[in-house]
Amino acid sequence: MSKLESKIPAGPLAEKWTNYKATQKLVNPANKRRLDIIVVGTGLAGGAAAATLGELGFNVINFCIQDSPRRAHSIAAQGGINAAKNYQNDGDSVYRLFYDTIKGGDYRAREANVYRLAEVSNNIIDQCVAQGVPFAREYGGLLDNRSFGGAQVSRTFYAKGQTGQQLLLGAYSSLMRQVNKGKVDLRTRYEMLDVVIVDGRARGVIMRNLVTGGIERFSAHAVVIATGGYGNVFFLSTNAMASNGSAAVQCYRKGAYFANPAYAQIHPTCIPVHGEFQSKLTLMSESLRNDGRIWVPKKKEDAEAIRAGKLKPTEIKEEDRDYYLERRYPAFGNLVPRDVASRAAKERCDAGYGVGTGLAVYLDFSDAIKRLGRDAVEARYGNLFQMYEKIVDDNPYETPMMIYPASHYTMGGIWVDYELQTTIPGLFAIGEANFSDHGANRLGASALMQGLADGYFVLPYTIQNYLSDQIQVPRFSTDLPEFAEAEKAVKARIDRLMAIKGKQSVDSLHKKLGRIMSDYVGMGRNKAGLEKALVEIDKIKKEFYSDLRIPGEAYGLNVELEKALRLEDFIEIGKLMAIDALHREESCGGHFREEHQTEEGEAKRNDEEFMYVGCWEYKGEDQKPELHKEELNYEFIKVQQRNYKQ
Amino acid sequence: MEKKIDLTLKVWRQRDRKAKGQFETYNVKGISTDSSFLEMLDVLNEQLINEGKEPVVFDHDCREGICGMCSLYINGHPHGPDSAITTCQLHMRKFNNGDTITIEPWRSAGFPVIRDLMVDRTAYDQIIAAGGYTSVNVGGAQDANALLIPKTDADEAMDAASCIGCGACVAACKNGSAMLFVSAKVSQLALLPQGRVEAARRARAMVAKMDELGFGNCTNTGACAAECPKSVSLSNIARLNREFIKAKLQD
Repeated sequence: MSKLESKIPAGPLAEKWTNYKATQKLVNPANKRRLDIIVVGTGLAGGAAAATLGELGFNVINFCIQDSPRRAHSIAAQGGINAAKNYQNDGDSVYRLFYDTIKGGDYRAREANVYRLAEVSNNIIDQCVAQGVPFAREYGGLLDNRSFGGAQVSRTFYAKGQTGQQLLLGAYSSLMRQVNKGKVDLRTRYEMLDVVIVDGRARGVIMRNLVTGGIERFSAHAVVIATGGYGNVFFLSTNAMASNGSAAVQCYRKGAYFANPAYAQIHPTCIPVHGEFQSKLTLMSESLRNDGRIWVPKKKEDAEAIRAGKLKPTEIKEEDRDYYLERRYPAFGNLVPRDVASRAAKERCDAGYGVGTGLAVYLDFSDAIKRLGRDAVEARYGNLFQMYEKIVDDNPYETPMMIYPASHYTMGGIWVDYELQTTIPGLFAIGEANFSDHGANRLGASALMQGLADGYFVLPYTIQNYLSDQIQVPRFSTDLPEFAEAEKAVKARIDRLMAIKGKQSVDSLHKKLGRIMSDYVGMGRNKAGLEKALVEIDKIKKEFYSDLRIPGEAYGLNVELEKALRLEDFIEIGKLMAIDALHREESCGGHFREEHQTEEGEAKRNDEEFMYVGCWEYKGEDQKPELHKEELNYEFIKVQQRNYKQ
Repeated sequence: MEKKIDLTLKVWRQRDRKAKGQFETYNVKGISTDSSFLEMLDVLNEQLINEGKEPVVFDHDCREGICGMCSLYINGHPHGPDSAITTCQLHMRKFNNGDTITIEPWRSAGFPVIRDLMVDRTAYDQIIAAGGYTSVNVGGAQDANALLIPKTDADEAMDAASCIGCGACVAACKNGSAMLFVSAKVSQLALLPQGRVEAARRARAMVAKMDELGFGNCTNTGACAAECPKSVSLSNIARLNREFIKAKLQD
């Protein structure tokens, strides 16, 4: 088990990161110039890391799947970013942010990582303001805050409903500054197809140029994966169309452990599905739960009448509405964490109280409009209301929004140690691509925090500890046999897919996979369903390799081929998620096994047997992966049943 | 209420930057008025794939109006007939049964076609690289609240910063000018004390880069702001001109 060395520094929790930085090895400025680092991805984590490594003096090659780093999907985050500034004087602190995050993650995250995250959260806000990020302010000129789920303080900084956009543009600006200086070699419209290992260390990548279709080799002293999560395995999700889990799967196939694949977050407030040609789901920010109240009709006959179009929500009397989150969780009300809110919505809809198509609940602003006035509500959420109206053609100022949970974020990912290094030396994973900080459930406004923490403040330190003994290692030639072999394997994979010449498009197969994932590996899971999912995914895999149709050429611009390669990896991830979910005989956070719940229907953990990170090692195609466990030791926090009632 | 409509599509197809493009006509049937414009193109592509043809290539990613990846010149308008939204948020309820829809790529010297409806917008990145930032390294920032910024300034900076870099302003402009894009970034940073320090250098460098990359001049027609999916205001261009003149006077 030596591979799963978490490398948590010794000492009291609050001093670990300080001690680490004080004793870690550094690389001096002259030597930094001799070291190359590949960063794959340009979102908050990748963009921030590439910019910061460039500032420090390393030579960075940064790859981007879109046409510009400014388009990475971090841009779509709406609500905000958490930090323990305590500007509101409401009792916040680094410890409380740490505590809320551990508790929100249902005691399945690593204490030391989460504490570090809370610690650097304040630096992030300072850095972003210095970059010119236009955070919302009060009339006195100070920064404004709002509340998010799972917290009893207001610690979320925001820029209208476009916080992710503004933070990403801040990182992008810093990145472009380094591009201008020649410290970052930016390559847009490139997708990673393999990681190259030389003598047991990550030394490069094989990339596909998405414009020419060419397969190209790149070498470096270290490789950083910042490619986001794998939520698109469900086909319908809030992720962008190109978001994928392929880079993570390539690392997994090369020996990096994949941790907690079953921990996927289903976000409670998304615009419900409208029809079979739907391509993606749109999120409505969690910040709406600050002022919106969630309800369904109390009487089944009212719900039926609404579904039949005979009743309008505004005609349901106050006493006939069931504000089920306020009823079940009086202490946190509508601001319970996402996993809890999603399950509660599903429970009501499954019981027959859903509205719309039956798979929707109301998010109602009439009380807020009465209390604050329409203008104040518009100032807070105007762009979200406009977005809703454009998509649904309903005016949320007059009638409640309809929402339903949808796949949004994946807490699972590549296993990393305290230094964010994977089980392959020289291969690092940051942001959503790693598993590290959110346990079994991520709190709102914490993804932006983690992405930027990893990119600006953690990786640029920890990677030096690895690189310090690499300063004598000359630049690698991409003519090494390892590169040739990797390229050959990539080409063989492409040729195999192109040669199938079947009848079904990539999307039609992806939809089939998505349906199985939602039905059996989604919000509610059970043994029989997961076993069935494994059988069904294998069937889809067979169909994929026998009946897939990709028009166009193998080595030219070919969007269908891009999608096919991603789907091939999603099939692998889907299986891994089902295997992990099946093995984890407990409910925790986003992983809800129907066999394991309390009498009140809450998630029931099994700390005796499952207080560990489930890490999976690839054992070859169609072989069952091997489970390794990283035990979680809570030294500083008392582990409790998660309670949002009192 | 949802309806199903049939449409005729005239779509620009072009193999690569140098090839001569042409319009191809396609028919799609039974499109739900609740689906988005890009979902309608997904249906067309599924149809083309099933016929053994190559699908239409177009840029898109987040499909919620924020990444700026989608483009498309629809019936003579960047991002189509609806106002203040991107193509991915345009819904088919804005069209009628039997309509013919013309779909073209952005057409501008600054944005060469890569294939079909996909264009190369890296010129925008080069303009930002020339000066669209504050020169601060990670690590040295002071406490965020040490700097008081009037709410009105912060809000105005935010409005300018809401630009998504899609290129609709250039596509809408008869001169192919990138002034609205450049002015949005210059304004955002000029309005904030953090950005004032380099305001003159920034205005000079970004305008020079814009000129160098072959974008046209501004003749104040206002088409850019009218077609901007994020309603970025024309007053930003006035602010850019002011900043630029101030910078020149300093020379």
